[in-house]
Amino acid sequence: MSKNKSIFQSHVFLTLIAIVVAFLVGALFLGIMGYNPITVYTTLISGIFSRPRYLAYSVVYATPLIFVGLSVAFSFKTGVFNIGAEGQFVVGSMAACIVGIFVDAPPIIHVPLCFLAAAVAGAVWGSIVSFMKIKWGINEVLSMIMFNWIAFYLSNYLVENPAIHSDGTAEATKNVADSARILLPESLRAVLAPTSNYGILIAIVFVVIVYIIIEKTTLGYEMKAVGYNKNAAEYAGIGVNKAILTAMAISGALAGMGGAVQLLGMGQRISLFAGQEGFGFEGISVALIGASNPIGVFFSGMFYGALKYGGSKLNLIQAPSEIVDVITGTIVFFIAISHVFKVVRRKKKEVS
Amino acid sequence: MKRRLFALLMAAILVFSLAACSGGSDATEPAGTEAAGGTEAAEGTEAAGGETTGTIKVGMVTDVGGINDQSFNQSSWEGLQRAQEELGIDPVYVESHQDSEYATNIESLIDADCDLIICVGYMLADATREAAEMYPDQKFAIIDDNSNADLPNVACLMFEQEQASYLVGIVAGMMTESNTVGFVLGQSTGPMNEFGYGYVDGVLSTNPDATVLQYNANAFGDAGLGKTAAKDMITNGADVIYHAAGGTGAGVIEACAEDGVWAIGVDSDQNHLAPETVVTSAMKRVDNASYDIAKAVLEGTYTPGEHVYSLEDGGVDIAPTTTLLPDDVLAAVETAKQQIIDGEIVVPATQEEFEEKYGPDVYQLDPESAE
Repeated sequence: MSKNKSIFQSHVFLTLIAIVVAFLVGALFLGIMGYNPITVYTTLISGIFSRPRYLAYSVVYATPLIFVGLSVAFSFKTGVFNIGAEGQFVVGSMAACIVGIFVDAPPIIHVPLCFLAAAVAGAVWGSIVSFMKIKWGINEVLSMIMFNWIAFYLSNYLVENPAIHSDGTAEATKNVADSARILLPESLRAVLAPTSNYGILIAIVFVVIVYIIIEKTTLGYEMKAVGYNKNAAEYAGIGVNKAILTAMAISGALAGMGGAVQLLGMGQRISLFAGQEGFGFEGISVALIGASNPIGVFFSGMFYGALKYGGSKLNLIQAPSEIVDVITGTIVFFIAISHVFKVVRRKKKEVS
Repeated sequence: MKRRLFALLMAAILVFSLAACSGGSDATEPAGTEAAGGTEAAEGTEAAGGETTGTIKVGMVTDVGGINDQSFNQSSWEGLQRAQEELGIDPVYVESHQDSEYATNIESLIDADCDLIICVGYMLADATREAAEMYPDQKFAIIDDNSNADLPNVACLMFEQEQASYLVGIVAGMMTESNTVGFVLGQSTGPMNEFGYGYVDGVLSTNPDATVLQYNANAFGDAGLGKTAAKDMITNGADVIYHAAGGTGAGVIEACAEDGVWAIGVDSDQNHLAPETVVTSAMKRVDNASYDIAKAVLEGTYTPGEHVYSLEDGGVDIAPTTTLLPDDVLAAVETAKQQIIDGEIVVPATQEEFEEKYGPDVYQLDPESAE
């Protein structure tokens, strides 16, 4: 491959093209359904950008998605598809919730403790699956999907526990202690959004950490080698199983911390689930749009979060907020297609 | 190659934009979807731009069930749509997908300058309280919650759902031939158990020897689970099954239809789901409540605090479809209805009231009795 990649081959360019096409496809759907796409997109964009508070909300919505996106991207590097991020997210928020309610400590200790609990819970949840894969060859995709549901019902079981259940009428846990919250100071939140929090700064720190692990450490190198070609990596003396175990543990920890950041920042309680909340699945889209690159994930997480927040306002003009799902789905679809183009081109080159 | 790829993409963009333009031109045609028609979309857009005088804007926040939940979100929205047709109000809704979004969505409606914000369901109680305290001039209404009744700007719309459940309980008690009836619950909470207390009381009042099989599905959206639970009850002899379980109940009705036993619907007249099977339904007129509160704001007669809807004012009722009911059952229901309205029968609505009448073992789905 030539070193100076043309602009047309770069990920960023292809992603931007995919985004443009996706908005056009969204417009097509809106048109068919009888809505004026221009009105809808104007509402979407002004719902994100027209006030500082809206932007602040977009960031709040984006923060957990960046964590889950990092989690999925990290596992992709080893060739494992972490569809279990949803469950790891849920056990992470459960752990943070328990620590956040029952432990009494000053914020400087309480918050890290919550994050630690969430990371450990997520890591354990991810590791069980990879352990079963390595030990007994159980397909990780199947077991991860099942583990998502185990986490789901475990969380509902937890919420029902009288010790942690809300004293009010809501079917939810108590609110976590104020010392565990990661909200910005009152004065800043008055300008930004009521739930603006430090989460985004923590997310940036982890974007950097993940980047360093992948690009600058032996572990990252080994993981990528396993991801490219498992057999070659093994032949080169890399412990494939160990690399997968480690990657899944870290991936789980990241998803678990996503649960913590959502809980301590925005949610403040876990409610009885009626259906999966879907953070884990949104994280898969974020990772794909971000090309599994930590920095790409940061931007795609911001993009997804903004769409998610702005999309909720589409109801106000009676347009379906699901159009946002159509757009993100199409982006992922076109990015996948661009990979197909690349493979075809490579094959052609090999032939010639 | 590179150029060809680029050309392909550009071509794709052209095609899509053309299609989008042509689609845009017939944007005023009705969409055909039931929840959000195209004509309303046009009106909604208009109103989002500027206030029209003489009318009010009513916002509604759904809980995580969404707008098409076949239950109170949908019903509440239908009430507002009726108010739009008859009173000319301007309704909008925002759907919540996650528990943490309630506060944000309420805020979106405040930003949209709504005169009244209706929060659907007790899950929004905390978020409503916060918003109501932060915006004391904003009028709110909340459905199925009375914990905010102390606030000067929140109307709490409550339903005596045990009364309607009592009436369908009479139907079940009289129509069973095996002396075994079933009850599938969506979630064991205070408001949800009111359905159960009323139903069991109704069954036992006409048929003291009847057995009531009870199951808490702990899910409102799991039709498969509802079907399994109902099949299980049918195997154990149940020939009438009542559900208070939202989408889970669709499975209950399906199982009953397959095995040829009676089903009893909830919230709205569910006879259309299986016309030969759904013998009656316990109606909860959330639509009327939403309509009334919107009307009150329009006419300047809005009052905060608890508003209770009962049999007396038609806030709860038995379904209008009575074709499957024998005359004697219908007569018994009408008598009981009058007795409840007159206060001669008081239907138990809480665990204490129920246990005072029947003791602790008859109703099995109380949250505490699970231990």
